[in-house]
Amino acid sequence: MHELSITQDIVDAVAARTGGAAVKSVRLEIGKLSGVVADSVRFCFEVICAGTALEGATLDITESPGRARCHDCGGEFRLDDLILLCPCGSANVEVLAGRQLRINSVEVL
Amino acid sequence: MCATCGCSDDAGVRVHSPGTHTITLEQDVLAKNDHLAGHNRTWLRDKGILAINMMSSPGSGKTTLLTRTILDLGGEFPISVVEGDQETFFDAERVKATGAPVVQINTGAGCHLDATMLERGLAALDPPENSVVFVENVGNLVCPALFDLGEAHRAVVMSVTEGPGKPLKYPHMFASGDLVLLNKTDLLPHLDFDVDAFLRDTRRVNPRAEVLPVSATTGDGLTAWYDWLRRHAGRTARVADAG
Repeated sequence: MHELSITQDIVDAVAARTGGAAVKSVRLEIGKLSGVVADSVRFCFEVICAGTALEGATLDITESPGRARCHDCGGEFRLDDLILLCPCGSANVEVLAGRQLRINSVEVL
Repeated sequence: MCATCGCSDDAGVRVHSPGTHTITLEQDVLAKNDHLAGHNRTWLRDKGILAINMMSSPGSGKTTLLTRTILDLGGEFPISVVEGDQETFFDAERVKATGAPVVQINTGAGCHLDATMLERGLAALDPPENSVVFVENVGNLVCPALFDLGEAHRAVVMSVTEGPGKPLKYPHMFASGDLVLLNKTDLLPHLDFDVDAFLRDTRRVNPRAEVLPVSATTGDGLTAWYDWLRRHAGRTARVADAG
């Protein structure tokens, strides 16, 4: 359940930037290949925010898809899991996107 | 230009409600951990220390592999250990019995080591220059994969008793290793475990990993593991200043 410590990091990072102002919403981007489960973050968020300036804040998560490039056929393709296999059959692929775990913005009162 | 708060149009997505304003962070959640891991990596490199993050499920034989490695190689270069477990000093005591310096980190409810914990562990351990530090992570095939500690290499240990399909079931872990050690191969005659299928599955998530079948109990395959360690320790060690 690494989402617990990751969500704690999110709340700490937001609090550090908002300086105690009441936070209304937090926008996150979680890549499909990041290894972080959005639903677990949602669950932890409410628990961790209790009693802080983020209490009651909504959490808006964008789950971005993975993309990879094949070094053999040169094609780019969507990657929904870490099975690194190009449709051409090659496993010589490079992950281009999908590992993001970012706080994009917060809305404060 | 945004009429509400004046932020530019190209910096992230925003939602505005009356009476609120938006602060753009564009911040990686793991940035703090990664930053501290970078400090650890620099500290280790400056001292010529090879740090290896050993990750596996509980019961893969990590500690047995480490204690045997220390007894077999401890005369070649200094080896010390940072042990990570939720509770107890059991593993630290097993390492201590070999004579190697060891520090135990208990994570409590935590399921993985992070860069801050390793920083504190290294400060307490104070390993000598040109040595090897094994970091035995909390037994868990999920969470430790996400947290850079500042190690030079990651070794994933898996035992043949854990059954088939693990690289595909836990792709983040197997994708993150430079080296995969398939342990307890002495038990293969008693099990229905397909080593070729395991290699194939590992390649599907990590085409570049080196895979070494070993038995920490009988010693089979350990020569290749020791050669791997010698090679990397030699590359990491600081060359004494000329003159």
